[in-house]
Amino acid sequence: MSLLAVRDLTKRYRRGGKTIAAVDGVSFAIEPGETLALAGPSGSGKSTIARLVLRLIEPDAGSVQFEGDDFLALSGTALRSKRARLQMVFQDPLSAFNPRATVARALDDPLRIHAIASSAERPARIAALLERVGLAADLAPRAIHEISGGQRQRVAIARAIATNPSLIVLDEAVSALDVSVRGQILELLLDLQARERIAYLFISHDLGVVRAIAHRLVLLDTGRIAESGDARAVIDAPQSAIGKALVAAAPRLNRIRP
Amino acid sequence: MSPLSRLLRRPEAVAGAIILALLFAMALFASLLFPGDPQAIAGPALLPPFQDWSLPLGTDRLGRDVLAEVFHGARTSLAVGLAAAAASLLIGAVVGTLAGFAGGLVDEVLMRTTDAFQTVPSFLLALAFVSIVGPSLGIVVAAIALGAWTGPARVARAEVLSIRERDYVAGARVIGMHPLAIAFREVLPNALPPVLALSSVIVAAAILTEAALSFLGLGDPNRVTWGGMIAEGRTVLRTAPFLSIVPGIALVLTVLGVYLAGEGVVETTAVRRSLS
Repeated sequence: MSLLAVRDLTKRYRRGGKTIAAVDGVSFAIEPGETLALAGPSGSGKSTIARLVLRLIEPDAGSVQFEGDDFLALSGTALRSKRARLQMVFQDPLSAFNPRATVARALDDPLRIHAIASSAERPARIAALLERVGLAADLAPRAIHEISGGQRQRVAIARAIATNPSLIVLDEAVSALDVSVRGQILELLLDLQARERIAYLFISHDLGVVRAIAHRLVLLDTGRIAESGDARAVIDAPQSAIGKALVAAAPRLNRIRP
Repeated sequence: MSPLSRLLRRPEAVAGAIILALLFAMALFASLLFPGDPQAIAGPALLPPFQDWSLPLGTDRLGRDVLAEVFHGARTSLAVGLAAAAASLLIGAVVGTLAGFAGGLVDEVLMRTTDAFQTVPSFLLALAFVSIVGPSLGIVVAAIALGAWTGPARVARAEVLSIRERDYVAGARVIGMHPLAIAFREVLPNALPPVLALSSVIVAAAILTEAALSFLGLGDPNRVTWGGMIAEGRTVLRTAPFLSIVPGIALVLTVLGVYLAGEGVVETTAVRRSLS
């Protein structure tokens, strides 16, 4: 059974009397420990799919099965406790944190909410989380806006793995980082996946990065699936028009994944 | 440059701060400098100011020391002004946050209630409330807050509407935070600065409303208030105008001081926000 199974997901918006389908009958599945990339041009609906899967917005039609549960049927406490298993990392790590937060508070929240550690144990847990993402434990008392962009994204990843999730949605998680930092963050993500079998739903418009990290790829165009399959096979020989256009636009496809 | 030193570079803010500091000193040391009941008889009735240096500002119709009354009145004015402003900011911030964050029916109900309170002139509302419940300090504070919370509520709601769309609010939902915790821990603290910017106006208005209520005889009868002093002096306005002028000047200076100091703080923090 798949970890995440999305079927016929549809989300429509009303714009001045006209109804536009941002996501139109999209189906895909993610297996445990696997990385599925969602790629496509701006406006193709990839971020909307991320928000639908996370129940940040509600779909108009379709189903989302997560770890065998009907994720769309959950509400209230049941939904909030299930959220521990399904986490997210945002594109801009600065806007993803409360501007008043410190690193310690950002990591303390998930541990407290899901009662993963008592208040006495939490400082040690926070230090351990920071180490798991390659940061020094003495970063904890610093304010989020005081640390660098790369450090911030590592803190965001630490926050996402704090609750031992089985799936992390990465919404353009490396797009806002500069090239050298991007490589390090991708290495960290691959490393975490190898050690802890976390699955990723990796949303990106950058096929170079997708090729480096993803096992399978779903190409989207105007809310529909244009093409899907093995990530390298699709990128090396795109069949759809949008796939050909995206591959032609990608400057260089560097390889990180062995 | 620290916010304090920036504040000190603004002459109007410094003037306001000095006036406020003097007022607080008056309120704090009122019972030290003028022990005993300020409403007790201290000398001959209607003694003009600067005649007897043990009673520098003279006495009123009943022979009470005007200077002692002004000092004790500062207590009432500041206490009522600050308490009413704090209460209205608290109510306004909570109502505005709930309305903006919950949206839908909750928003409609809360904002239409706010509209209803805003349509009634706040002074009439306070007047009606005090005359029904009866005058005491707490009731006067509640009556003023009743008419003043709508402004902060609207500002807080507008700010919350923009903040609730930010990524960190979505992030708080993703980690499973309870909606009320998101509203009051993540959203409200970041929505506060523009709401707090209203505080100087609200404090100044509250002090004036309290004076007006006291002038109409609806203040706490057991406390000296500047509004009450002006009302007392009104009956002898032709023969002893100083009885109305002295508390009147105190009132004007207080409102001016609160306003100038408040504006100074808002301006300096606004500079800091735009620089960062």
